[in-house]
Amino acid sequence: MTVPLSPAPENDDLDHPRSDKAESRLKRSLTTISVSVLPVVAAIIVGGLLLLVLGRNPFLFYSNVISHGLIGSLGRQESLIRMAPLLLLAAGLMVAFPAGIWNLGGDGQFVLAGVVVAALGPQMAPYTNGWILFPVLFVVAFAVGAAWSIVPGIMKAWLGMNEIITTLMATFLGLRLSALLVKEFFADPSTTVPQTKVLPVKDRLPRIFGTRVNIGLVIGIVAILGVHYMMTRTAFGLRLRIVGMNPAAAVHAGMNMKALTMSIFLISSGLAGMAAAVQIVGVDGVVRAEWNPAFGFTIVPLVFLARFNGPAVIGFVGAFAVLQIGGEWASRQADLPNYFVVVLVALMLLFLAVSEYLQSRSVRAGER
Amino acid sequence: MTDILSTVFLASLLSGGVISAVPLIYAGLGEAISERSGVLNLGLEGMMVAGAYAGFVATLNSGSIWFGLFVGGIAGLVVSLFMVGLCVYLNADQIVVGIALTLGATGVTALLHSAQYSKSYPRLPKAGVLSIPLLSKIPVVGVGLFSQHASTYLVLVLVAGAMWFFRSTRIGLNIKAAGDQPHALEAAGGNPRRTRTVAVMTAGFLAGVGGAHIALIGAGLFVPGVTNGAGDIGIVLAMLARGKLWWIVAGAGLIGVSLSLTTALQLIGLNIPIDAVQMLPFLLIIVVLFIFGRDSYLPAALCLPYDREAR
Repeated sequence: MTVPLSPAPENDDLDHPRSDKAESRLKRSLTTISVSVLPVVAAIIVGGLLLLVLGRNPFLFYSNVISHGLIGSLGRQESLIRMAPLLLLAAGLMVAFPAGIWNLGGDGQFVLAGVVVAALGPQMAPYTNGWILFPVLFVVAFAVGAAWSIVPGIMKAWLGMNEIITTLMATFLGLRLSALLVKEFFADPSTTVPQTKVLPVKDRLPRIFGTRVNIGLVIGIVAILGVHYMMTRTAFGLRLRIVGMNPAAAVHAGMNMKALTMSIFLISSGLAGMAAAVQIVGVDGVVRAEWNPAFGFTIVPLVFLARFNGPAVIGFVGAFAVLQIGGEWASRQADLPNYFVVVLVALMLLFLAVSEYLQSRSVRAGER
Repeated sequence: MTDILSTVFLASLLSGGVISAVPLIYAGLGEAISERSGVLNLGLEGMMVAGAYAGFVATLNSGSIWFGLFVGGIAGLVVSLFMVGLCVYLNADQIVVGIALTLGATGVTALLHSAQYSKSYPRLPKAGVLSIPLLSKIPVVGVGLFSQHASTYLVLVLVAGAMWFFRSTRIGLNIKAAGDQPHALEAAGGNPRRTRTVAVMTAGFLAGVGGAHIALIGAGLFVPGVTNGAGDIGIVLAMLARGKLWWIVAGAGLIGVSLSLTTALQLIGLNIPIDAVQMLPFLLIIVVLFIFGRDSYLPAALCLPYDREAR
């Protein structure tokens, strides 16, 4: 089936005279903002109604979220700390999703890499310093995360097997394997709790200017901006986007689909592994059996809401970190389980779908 | 001594395996129907969770398992209406909406459960079984295979019915056309959107019943996460079945047995780490996908919204 090539709306400023350019640019960024922000607002409103149904005061809940997650100094630092792993996970998805690769195995890659780092860190720490320890741990985390996507990658590249299924199965497998490793192989013999040895606080990532926030945040921001640059300004990034937009065209253009597919899987999952390193070496210092914060799955919507745009991803991840940290506290205050934040994210996605439809309809109306 | 052990072991393995397999068959059958029509239903897990919760509440209050299964199906159907509205009519991305529905249903049911039952954590009485005369008397395998809740046999009837339905009815053929050549279906006077609506709602109902089966007959309670990825496994089964629905039953049986291996091994006191055993079903799935994945058949228009104006 051939698809007639019509100029994409993104490229239309090529055809416009210079004076229209600024205006159309402004209009476009306004539309982008409204398409991204409207779902958030709508989700907050519907979420508030759900709180009412549950007999909780939505205004109190949301003000608790803000006052703890953003305004309070302790909570704000917590939010900034939480941003680090989320940013690295998001960077991984920013490589995969625009290329049409649905790596939903982030949680398995994250947890498994975290377990290996938590096992290796305390063993290495006494014999090295940070200059060696941190790079080694990050490389190992990247390698473990990437390794966990080799099989799904091969199955996608050579067998054409849908990667959603294989990465989800790899996650289930990875979570069990992680629990097994912690309990049977890496367990700290000095405690009865099934957990790894603890990385001493002095051997963790350095903190920024006397705050509790570690440099993981910087690593995360650099990763997002680096991926953003790669996807928008390099030939490799252009190839990935072509693969995502029109695989047939990519084949016709002589691109090596198998190599591209594999590199997408490896980079994307490697970044998920690094996210775990930031969490373990920066914050937790230890992994317990059954540890799975499920960051990987909840980060998926944010990358969509931000349209794979790096600065926007940072903004959304920041807002989400506030929502998570503040939401944990507000939920405890309201005597609710932590699932309310999950519901909010789901609502945002559903409203995103609606607002995209409305936008596409107005684009169509404009064409007529 | 050893043969007593192995009898106990086999019987527990089989009956546990069947109990785990039945929800997977419901889910896989539903997903197969939805995928046939061109809608990849990643919200399947969410529909199962909704079914599990609603079925649990219904059975808890009415005392009837059948009523609970039905209400569970309705709950799954209600969740599937979001998929219909957003993906079939508004052409939204099926993957995004699927993830959203799974997250949302998991979250909402967990919140409702904590609001209603966080203090009491009620349990349901053990579900009654339907023992098939003679067959259930077969040693070792009889109890496991032929003395189960009647919903177990119902799902097999449904699979057989669906096979006939796809081969011999107009709606069945329409569903296949909606997944492969929706424009051709429209040209032939069919309605791809209406056809997909029917398929997705059917999938929602079946997934809901499957979820309720987990809560009512398998676990006897509802807790967040009770479905434990059954929806995702259902999607895998549907993809592996390549349109041959009996494969769903075979695959579900295999995975069900490996899921129940943990309990069976503990029963005979074998001390193998639980986590290692629990890796088995997923390892099995990946190996099976690796071997048979190449032949996996997916409808041509899967995941593509039907847009009458875009040709």
